[in-house]
Amino acid sequence: MSDIPADLKYTKSHEWVRTLANGNVEVGITDHAQGALGDLVFVDVPEAGKSLKAGDSFAVVESVKAASDVYAPLAGAVVEGNPALGSQPELINSEPYGAGWIARMKPAVAPQGLLSAAEYQAHLDAEG
Amino acid sequence: MSPFPAFFIWMHRGAFEEKFLGRRTPLYDLHVEQGARMVDFGGWDMPVNYGSQIEEHHAVRRDAGIFDVSHMCVIDARGPRVREFFSRLLANDVAKLTQPGKALYSCMLNEAGGVIDDLIVYFLTESWFRVVVNAGTRDKDLAWMRGIAPQYGVDLTERVDLAMLAVQGPNARAKVAELLPAEHRAAALALEVFFGRELGDWFVARTGYTGEDGFEVMLPAPAADSIWRALNAKGVKSAGLGARDTLRLEAAMNLYGNDMDESQNPLESGLAWTVSFENPSRDFIGRKALESMKAAGLQKKLVALLLEDRGVLRGHQKVIVAGAGEGEITSGTFSPTMEKSIALARVPRATGAAVQVDIRGKLLNARVVKAPFVRHGKILVS
Repeated sequence: MSDIPADLKYTKSHEWVRTLANGNVEVGITDHAQGALGDLVFVDVPEAGKSLKAGDSFAVVESVKAASDVYAPLAGAVVEGNPALGSQPELINSEPYGAGWIARMKPAVAPQGLLSAAEYQAHLDAEG
Repeated sequence: MSPFPAFFIWMHRGAFEEKFLGRRTPLYDLHVEQGARMVDFGGWDMPVNYGSQIEEHHAVRRDAGIFDVSHMCVIDARGPRVREFFSRLLANDVAKLTQPGKALYSCMLNEAGGVIDDLIVYFLTESWFRVVVNAGTRDKDLAWMRGIAPQYGVDLTERVDLAMLAVQGPNARAKVAELLPAEHRAAALALEVFFGRELGDWFVARTGYTGEDGFEVMLPAPAADSIWRALNAKGVKSAGLGARDTLRLEAAMNLYGNDMDESQNPLESGLAWTVSFENPSRDFIGRKALESMKAAGLQKKLVALLLEDRGVLRGHQKVIVAGAGEGEITSGTFSPTMEKSIALARVPRATGAAVQVDIRGKLLNARVVKAPFVRHGKILVS
């Protein structure tokens, strides 16, 4: 069973979103996603200032097996990419919801259409 | 409730699974029990890893790991003219097999010189050779071989009764030997590189696909589960196809379907060393086509690449060679041993040391290096 913290929001493409105190959001990939990818060895993190539409590919995570796109869960501008992932991509495996965050964003509008933890769990169950 | 009695379902279970679920080796239940992530590989449900591919990779480089390779196809070829049959069938020359038990790596080509498969053939007696072919090519290989075998009176038997385990790593041979009956232990440990022999109802060969020492063991399928567990108990780590792929690529060993296939010839696939033209009267299948290609001039070559920038090389990425044209990565990965990305690539014959690879629109620098990257635990490329 993968870990799905109740206080986060999710996408069907396996990103999570945390709203920070200043209104910005932190984005990463879920425990389920990191488990499916396996050992991560390279992360192409986005540069600050990049403007994104919801659903844009904004980062690439590469495991020994394969490369996968990470999609912006909402529209906004990248505030920073996680600098630690350059030398420690495995943080996404060990702490997907913590030190393994991928980017912080300033939302352009209030986030829409994200899943609750229960809805994401139901999505995983349906995906099999 | 099922409309069929239990024994009926049991009898037809194999056929049903082959058709709808993918084939399963005798160790399928064990893999699931050990937490393996199962994936389709050439129509088979196989373990890709049991948690961490990188840890499994390191276990093989540093100690010992065990792979289920029962999906590979073992074929016994019997008949008084079996050597003549393989002399015609294979691009490498079985005349090199002078000592019983000796193994030979070879391509099996079509008339156009394309690679139908790569395989290992063991010379056991003058009327009995054993050949191991890839899982994904099993059906076409058997059909091809069965088309030629009758001319030589050779009988081919698929050994579906056997399971096959690859136990690889610096400590692998010693651990396997501990499980053999006392009377066979010394004989197993005395096996030279690329030799195999029957020991009781096991066939033990000092071969592998990792660049490490080790054994490949063929044994009766019902015994595989307990032997696997006994090796685990001795510290041999279960390892999946993911680690098998990173290990073979560090060892710069070709993978059929990635690095060569029927649309490619061995001379442009890094396999010229396996094609034997020495005996001018040996008319192996594909020889004429390869000789024409050589006369016309080969266009491509397979090289080993080391990525100098950060990123991961993957199959099908475009390789740009200044002044010489373009090529393509055939296999690429992140090397757990080197902590850099490595690849095999088919590039223009004139390619020198420096190339660039197009990764998602960015051109990254890579260097052509001498293969292999890693062997017997040591990094050979700087």
